[in-house]
Amino acid sequence: MKTLYFILEKEFRQLLRNRQLMRTLLLAPLIQLILLPLAADYTVKDIQIAVTDNDHSPTSQRLIAKITASGYFRLAGYTASYPQALQMVEQDKADLALQIPAHFERDLVRENSKQLYIAINAIEGTKANLGGAYLQNIISDFNDDVRIQWNVSGVENSQSTPGDSQQITAGDIPQVTVTSSNWYNPLLKFPLYMVPAILVTLVTAMVAMQSAFNIVQEKESGTIEQINVTPIKKHIFIIGKMIPFLVLGIVLFTMGLLVGRILYGIVPLGSLWVLYLSLIVYLFSMLGLGLLLATYSFTQMQAMSLSFFFINIFNMMSGVFTAVDSMPGWAQTIVATFPPSHFIKIMRMVVLKGSGFSDILPKLGAMALIGLFLNTWAVLNYRKTA
Amino acid sequence: MKQLFTFIRKEFLHVFRDRKTLLMLFGLPIAQIVLFGFALSNEIKDSRIALVDYSKDAVTTRLIGKIEASHYFDIRHTLADADQLNAAFKRGDIKMAVIFPVNFGDELIHTGKATLQVIADGSDPNQATTITNYLQSIVTDYNAELAQGAQQPLQIRPEVQMLYNPELRGAPNFVPGVMALVLMLVCTMMTSVAIVKEKELGTMEILLVSPFKPIYIIISKLAPNLLISVVNLFIILLLSDIFLDLPVKGSIALLVFCSILFILTSLSIGLLLSINAKTQQAAMMGSLMGMMLPTMLLTGFLFPIENMPLILQALSNLVPSRWYFIIVKRVMLKGLGFGAVWKETLILAAMCFLLFAISLRKFKIRLQ
Repeated sequence: MKTLYFILEKEFRQLLRNRQLMRTLLLAPLIQLILLPLAADYTVKDIQIAVTDNDHSPTSQRLIAKITASGYFRLAGYTASYPQALQMVEQDKADLALQIPAHFERDLVRENSKQLYIAINAIEGTKANLGGAYLQNIISDFNDDVRIQWNVSGVENSQSTPGDSQQITAGDIPQVTVTSSNWYNPLLKFPLYMVPAILVTLVTAMVAMQSAFNIVQEKESGTIEQINVTPIKKHIFIIGKMIPFLVLGIVLFTMGLLVGRILYGIVPLGSLWVLYLSLIVYLFSMLGLGLLLATYSFTQMQAMSLSFFFINIFNMMSGVFTAVDSMPGWAQTIVATFPPSHFIKIMRMVVLKGSGFSDILPKLGAMALIGLFLNTWAVLNYRKTA
Repeated sequence: MKQLFTFIRKEFLHVFRDRKTLLMLFGLPIAQIVLFGFALSNEIKDSRIALVDYSKDAVTTRLIGKIEASHYFDIRHTLADADQLNAAFKRGDIKMAVIFPVNFGDELIHTGKATLQVIADGSDPNQATTITNYLQSIVTDYNAELAQGAQQPLQIRPEVQMLYNPELRGAPNFVPGVMALVLMLVCTMMTSVAIVKEKELGTMEILLVSPFKPIYIIISKLAPNLLISVVNLFIILLLSDIFLDLPVKGSIALLVFCSILFILTSLSIGLLLSINAKTQQAAMMGSLMGMMLPTMLLTGFLFPIENMPLILQALSNLVPSRWYFIIVKRVMLKGLGFGAVWKETLILAAMCFLLFAISLRKFKIRLQ
């Protein structure tokens, strides 16, 4: 026990002495946590639309006015021909192009039906999907307006029911309507969803992987040999390496929660004890991974390449930005072995929904198992190589 | 000049001698491109939902059948009581619940109107809006079935065409983004570490007292990294063509030219970082941890930049990968020529020149 105490004293001194490192470790994440949630906003608005109006009729004018008044679309410009509108899409000046063909109004009346042409830049799937859906909704709304205005029947204009998601029903055709509500985040604020997850990625990058660098640094400078020849037991050495980063992780996490509370008004609904317990289990498993990487690396460059690889994969695939549910099955299986994917879920559940200990138990257990596995592997491997 | 070549040779030997690191420098970026290209997409499908059917009649059965058939939804639970919903949401089992009130079918037939209730887990706003929309369109579909026979007059029929990516796959958006991200971070990191390592080992001192110009030191340090990155680039392009069905539609020469410009910019950032860092660890923290998330978010492949607050939009202009991402999308996916990307290329060139000039000026020829 006394050895551990001395080792810890050494580690803490080394860590705290390195001012530049401490600054990066503590300040960089805070600045990122303050700024980045603002960047993470999926809300699709201000979709740029290029319009080719070959009809120039009152109807086409009204349709365009309705589209631009909707708030979702912004008119990027009128073009004389459809190919020109498509060219605007090509040059990223517009996200979608709408063509109202010549004789649109006339044909609509005469033939009772007329096409419109829409082309959407689909490289960004979300924007394309939502933009297309919004535009079609507006057109379908407009269609109803036109019917009412020209009062063509076959359709009795039944009284329109209030509520934006409800269509004007036509006569006695039965209609199913939908009322929707959103629990836990009724205003659908995006930072509420992103802040907990970004905090996890920051803790991961700043702290969990540091243990790998730290040990490899001792390898590279040769000081690890000096420790190896002392009667310090391996597990004490490892625990001594882990505890400072565990503490640092907890400090960083706490600062992050405070920033979330002050700037974004995020107060965890669930209990803090559940959060911190999960944090400790999480740090345990990630420090295990760091240790494992350290046993396989001989230079800091190698340790860094490996950690960069894992951190990048964790960031991209753990459900921070894209939904894990929509991945193919094999990818979901891989993701289930990533500790951050579990911790991010726990964070979101506890912070936003107030989930309790029993709700998160399966995820906590999975994380503990992964941690145990990684640490055992690391310790076994460490014995052999050192 | 001869000095320079000798020196470049030394650097190459350093890099190629270390097989393990080399393997990592090639293998890991490639693994990421493939993994992300296949696994990531912005699409939302297979969302787990729960059904509460108080009515259990022909209409609800028909609607449930339609929901089941959609690949957007995965019905996890059929609950008897809406009271269980809160618990299911809290366990994270479901993302949405659809509730059919009692006498749903009867009301529809007799009053011509029935309302079903949707509750979404709003903690993920994007998913909540999207799946509510999906359900809405299933119901609209059903209504259209009901209305069949009653011909709607004055029908406006929008014909929608999805350009460049008709199947709405994730890869066309993510591959250029990940390319920018991986190239930028790997280049920055390799360079910053290479120089700081000499400082740490003390060999920098020897270099500085030699009659060797500082610019030669810098060039020889950058040369192997440039080569590695260019090889990486070609492998990535080849892989995305073969596995992800994303060939380079435009001119390959143009894409490679812009990529080299981008790689040089990232190498210069690494150079700049290495000048201020004293230890490899600090250099890594700066290049990797400090830059990773900002690059990820401000490149624009995860979230649309035009949605961000003005200050972040301004900030994103300083991120080289943002411009590179635009170039790759236009040249690789849309097949446009230099005329469409000259502005972005010019910005990259200016950044590259500026960063290189600053690091050259600040490069210290004394250690302390």
